[in-house]
Amino acid sequence: MKARIKVTLKNGVLDPQGKAIEGALGALGFSGVESVRQGKFIEVELREQNREKAHAALDEMCRKLLANTVIENYAIELDEK
Amino acid sequence: MKSAVIVFPGSNRERDMLYALELITGVKPVAVWHTETTLPDVDLVVLPGGFSYGDYLRTGAIAGRANIMTDVARKAKAGTRIMGVCNGFQILCEAGLLPGVLMRNAQLKFVCKEVGLEVANAKTDFTSKYSEGQVWHCPVAHGDGNYFASPEDLARLEGEGQVVLRYAKGENPNGSLNDIAGIINDRGNVFGMMPHPENMIEPLNGATDGRVLFESVLEAVA
Repeated sequence: MKARIKVTLKNGVLDPQGKAIEGALGALGFSGVESVRQGKFIEVELREQNREKAHAALDEMCRKLLANTVIENYAIELDEK
Repeated sequence: MKSAVIVFPGSNRERDMLYALELITGVKPVAVWHTETTLPDVDLVVLPGGFSYGDYLRTGAIAGRANIMTDVARKAKAGTRIMGVCNGFQILCEAGLLPGVLMRNAQLKFVCKEVGLEVANAKTDFTSKYSEGQVWHCPVAHGDGNYFASPEDLARLEGEGQVVLRYAKGENPNGSLNDIAGIINDRGNVFGMMPHPENMIEPLNGATDGRVLFESVLEAVA
């Protein structure tokens, strides 16, 4: 089973990389960009076929390693099949 | 004083740290590879600077889960003094042995220069030979030294005197909250700092301000 994990900075946490991207977009002439926040996208392939168990395992992976919950939020998305 | 320095893949300041410890304590420290499961019986465990695992995922994230970290946590709980410098500080935060996290420098640039450090708490085992409010000089070399903690953690750190070192007025090189350069845990035995005291220990370095930090630990252990 394939999972996609999105790790994003929490609201209120300064994102200097997002700010730099925002500046670069402005420099390229893209007007009207209100703000940019960047994060990480992680794909995980699991042997587990049970969705509930897979989700529980991924949640633990996020808490233990993939995200630092002091500054980051994570969202787990499992493939339909 | 017996000491150990943990070496991770991508550590690059371990030799400086081993050299400083031997010079100042007079005892050859033990280098411990990260896959080991047990630390030797020592008075001080040091996590050195570098770029463990190439800073993949987050700085210190993967090293923070290394085999040896289970024993570092056990030693921390038993009261052994643990010190993390630069990447070592990032690893201690990622391992949950210190609160907060070191984020990308606010200006997105790697900083490599000498900064002034103000002693915010001279009552710790790592700073007792400095005086409160004293400003000393020390090099920094990092891309991720921007200290961040939740408002609750920050209030606790400030309230309990756990902020040990601050960048001197106007010298914050990375955007750290409250100019924080070094913190200690509530028990006072786990200490982390971004600057490199091990690179300020003999006249050749320009000054010996960093030596005082090691001498403080030496005195505490004696």
